[in-house]
Amino acid sequence: MDMSQPIGVTPLDTQPNGPVGQPIDRVDGPLKVTGHATYAYESREMTNPGYGFVVTATVAKGRIRDIDTATAERMPGVVHILTHRNVPPQGEKKEQVGPLLADTEIKHWGQPVALVVAESFEEARAAAAAVRVAYDEQKGSYVLADALAEAKKPEKAKTPPDSSLGDFEAGFAAAPVKIDARYTTPVQTHAMMEPHATIATWQGDKVTLITANQMPNRGQDALASVFKLPKDNVRLISRFVGGGFGGKLQPQADAILAALASKNLNGRPVKIALTRQQVFHVTTRRSDTVQRVRLGADRDGKLTALAHESWSDTAPGDSFFETSANVTRSLYAAPNRLTAHRLANLNLPLASSMRAPGEAVGMLAFECAMDELAEALALDPIELRIRNEPAQDPEKHVPFSTRQLVPCLKEGARLFGWDKRNAKPGAVRDGQWMVGTGVSAAARLNPLQPAKARVRLAPDGTLTARMAMTDIGTGTYTILSQIAAEMLGVKVSDVRMILGDTADPMSSGSGGSFGAASSGSALYMACEALRGQLLAKTDLEPKNAVFADGRITSGNRSASLRDLIGSGLEAEGEIKPGENEKKFSQYSYGAHFAEVGVDADTGEIRLRRMLGVFTGGRILNPKTARSQAIGGMVFGVGAALMEAIEVDPRYGTFVNHDLAEYHVPVHADLPEIDAVFLPELDDKANPLKSKGLGELGICGAGAAVANAVYNATGIRIRDYPLTLDKILEGFAAKETGQRRA
Amino acid sequence: MKAFTYERPASITEAAKAVVAQPNARFIAGGTNLLDLMKLQIETPTHLVDVNRLPLDKIEATAEGGLRIGAMVRNADLAADERVRRDYGVLSRALLAGASGQLRNKATTAGNLLQRTRCPYFYDTAMPCNKRQPGSGCSAIGGFNRILAVVGASDHCIATHPSDMAVAMRALDATVETVTPDGAERKIPIADLHRLPGDTPQVETTLKPGEIITAVTLPTPVKGRHVYRKVRDRASYAFALVSVAAVIEADGDKVRSARLAFGGLAHKPWRVADAEAALVREGVGAAGEAALRGARGYGANDFKIPLAKRTLAAAVAEAMRA
Repeated sequence: MDMSQPIGVTPLDTQPNGPVGQPIDRVDGPLKVTGHATYAYESREMTNPGYGFVVTATVAKGRIRDIDTATAERMPGVVHILTHRNVPPQGEKKEQVGPLLADTEIKHWGQPVALVVAESFEEARAAAAAVRVAYDEQKGSYVLADALAEAKKPEKAKTPPDSSLGDFEAGFAAAPVKIDARYTTPVQTHAMMEPHATIATWQGDKVTLITANQMPNRGQDALASVFKLPKDNVRLISRFVGGGFGGKLQPQADAILAALASKNLNGRPVKIALTRQQVFHVTTRRSDTVQRVRLGADRDGKLTALAHESWSDTAPGDSFFETSANVTRSLYAAPNRLTAHRLANLNLPLASSMRAPGEAVGMLAFECAMDELAEALALDPIELRIRNEPAQDPEKHVPFSTRQLVPCLKEGARLFGWDKRNAKPGAVRDGQWMVGTGVSAAARLNPLQPAKARVRLAPDGTLTARMAMTDIGTGTYTILSQIAAEMLGVKVSDVRMILGDTADPMSSGSGGSFGAASSGSALYMACEALRGQLLAKTDLEPKNAVFADGRITSGNRSASLRDLIGSGLEAEGEIKPGENEKKFSQYSYGAHFAEVGVDADTGEIRLRRMLGVFTGGRILNPKTARSQAIGGMVFGVGAALMEAIEVDPRYGTFVNHDLAEYHVPVHADLPEIDAVFLPELDDKANPLKSKGLGELGICGAGAAVANAVYNATGIRIRDYPLTLDKILEGFAAKETGQRRA
Repeated sequence: MKAFTYERPASITEAAKAVVAQPNARFIAGGTNLLDLMKLQIETPTHLVDVNRLPLDKIEATAEGGLRIGAMVRNADLAADERVRRDYGVLSRALLAGASGQLRNKATTAGNLLQRTRCPYFYDTAMPCNKRQPGSGCSAIGGFNRILAVVGASDHCIATHPSDMAVAMRALDATVETVTPDGAERKIPIADLHRLPGDTPQVETTLKPGEIITAVTLPTPVKGRHVYRKVRDRASYAFALVSVAAVIEADGDKVRSARLAFGGLAHKPWRVADAEAALVREGVGAAGEAALRGARGYGANDFKIPLAKRTLAAAVAEAMRA
């Protein structure tokens, strides 16, 4: 089925106390806490593996002049050393996945230049350190700010890089109140818990990879291209994934090199885990951005003109760009509008999706600019947003499927105590702490991806479902079990989900906030088909049939499921996006509220409390949904206050390439943080009437924190992250200003 | 990591002898720093001498009324010791401001003193670093040096010592007790344990080859208000940008005596006698100027100079509030 019409009443609407919507614990929780959930590197399905260790480039641009592997080859346990000289033939780059070790060209620091395979990890690592590589180094460019002039409109873009409506320049020129601000965000890295890892083996011309991957079907496509194989000859298995955040959307060097080395070793399994430092340099990153936001409003706070321009960068030959301004196209009403994206190619690792690509950094800029405008208008920032609430999507000119931004803002204001806020910056003190609060809107695109599922009801009444979906720590195993249990009226504990294997029906994988909706809808369709099969075996009236407690009930008659199953029943289901994508503007919405303290002596910024109020259609499991939303808010706190890769412009390296110096928030940074969902059903989105939640929590979260910092101090920092040295500069500027005055 | 041999000697002297018996041997205690450095081949010992089971894990009262802390006392145990909490609050607070619960359970007193710098260029073997590879140059000068030194540095090295514990011990005038391979005992004032980088940043302490730290002794309890103020980029599990260990005796709002040591500023815990005198004589502004006299920023760490003065003022104010 494709989503071209509203779904109407579904079985999920009619069961008041079914498993869907219950805050049940993760069904895979016991496996994880007892160590029985096997992650890629821990798999023992492939025996006698060789252990691979990647050797990486120590120049950012240039050519390999020579690789000396003689010493390494003689070291204990070394089985094989893979370089550009002996790598098997490879095919074409697809998506962002391309051949490795294909030639001598170095495009970024950390690019793999060799792989050492040995009988143990330690032997491989020791030998890798003995591989000597000589380079002819060339001068590269590593700084986005220096490359703005040569940045180009991205090619092969999935969404239009530019948009315009009305006459922005004229509207902006005529506006009585204006904001024109430039924001910057740094290079960031996903920092998922589990480093990238793969074990790969060949049987004839078929390759199997047990790998940490978010989207196995997409990975299968890409690797088929790189390995020059029919798609069906490539199998990916990702049963458990220890976080991805976009960093495992594509197969990375661990997967490609493990398979290439295994091929050279006649199919002996090769396993590779990237080191933490390698995860930073070898895999993808989020680009830094430079963003200019211009807002023009009349004195009543109605936006008359808005522009959001964004510059980002990626590796040479790639066209991925940070879609910072896409969300701006749908967020607020204004007659004159302009958005634009430009892309520079730098000699840095490939830029790609990370934790709400586009919205996450775009709203850091735009939602702060709205705060600046509110101040310029002497208007409450919530009221400013309410006054610019659009009746329909302002650029697509279609209705919103659902949109509860204003209810989220209002309910959040009530729960947070926004009415007690002192709007004057720098006015509230609590001992050494300068205290302030800030608000931001949240919005994240709600996409649907094609997905299939297969279900089988066994004679004992247990249900098994299979699909190449992944659970990257979000709770997918759990919510899918709930959907299947509710649809068939069986217990959650009687449902077995088998995920992550491309040998099973294709699925969306996890990414872009589409996982639950896409895979869940395919499963819903498969269960719907199974319900049809079961009903056909009865003479019950199908229309009002309720599946619950192992029985089908219709009117005052009922039948036991077990009596109908026979030797087992099987069904498949499929979902595809349809016309509803075009007919409606589909976003999840929310509002963030943050309170921070800024140490008046040291400039340290500490979050004091934070609240997110969200809508995401039907909430399939309030516990995992809340966990996801809070996780996103934590990302937002990190983006606002600490996360930054420091690029050394002399070498093109990421200097702070470990978790000691790449700071993400720790527990002590997150004192009181809560997420609340308002009731909603979106019948245009998918059969579940749910919307994506995976990334909504991050969108705008950092802006609320930054706006709170401004309210606390009167210091507006537009260069993320907001570290204490920038606050100290603000203190110094204020002190100088006071002396002059 | 390079292959290495391993032994676990039964006595302190045997341990000291074992380290000098082989070239490139190292003591290993908690291993929270050395093992990481070995994995990255920043340190490549060929022989490890495990001192974890030596009888050095006691905290005992000294005859002079101080405390003698065994070299193998874990950071978590030291921080929690009732006598330390009561009489040397600055030390307990400094310990708890460092690392994480897991690391403090493993890390030892001696190992904490001897941990290596967290300079990111020291941590990357592809980068020039005079400390890791003498004569190769200093990448941190002209590079990303946010966490690095503003005082006591040289043109060869601007690394900082990352310990919190050592800063408090410096303020307390602790003494480091050692045994040399020939069995001789030595007492080193903590001020003399760590060196400034000069033109030999690879030589970090005044310990002789094979000399093993057996204990750190604290003098009689230092009267006054004990404060440890650590400024960092997140609320926990981050190295100090600046820290101040202060023990201040006050009479009303008048400072009668002060001990002030700084972390995050130099190649060693930074204590300036003039600053302490200036605090008593003139006030905190003068103390900050004296403590940071000759300070020089290297770009990304320029902010540390005003930050250190502000943190000192905050620490002193906290002590005076008591």
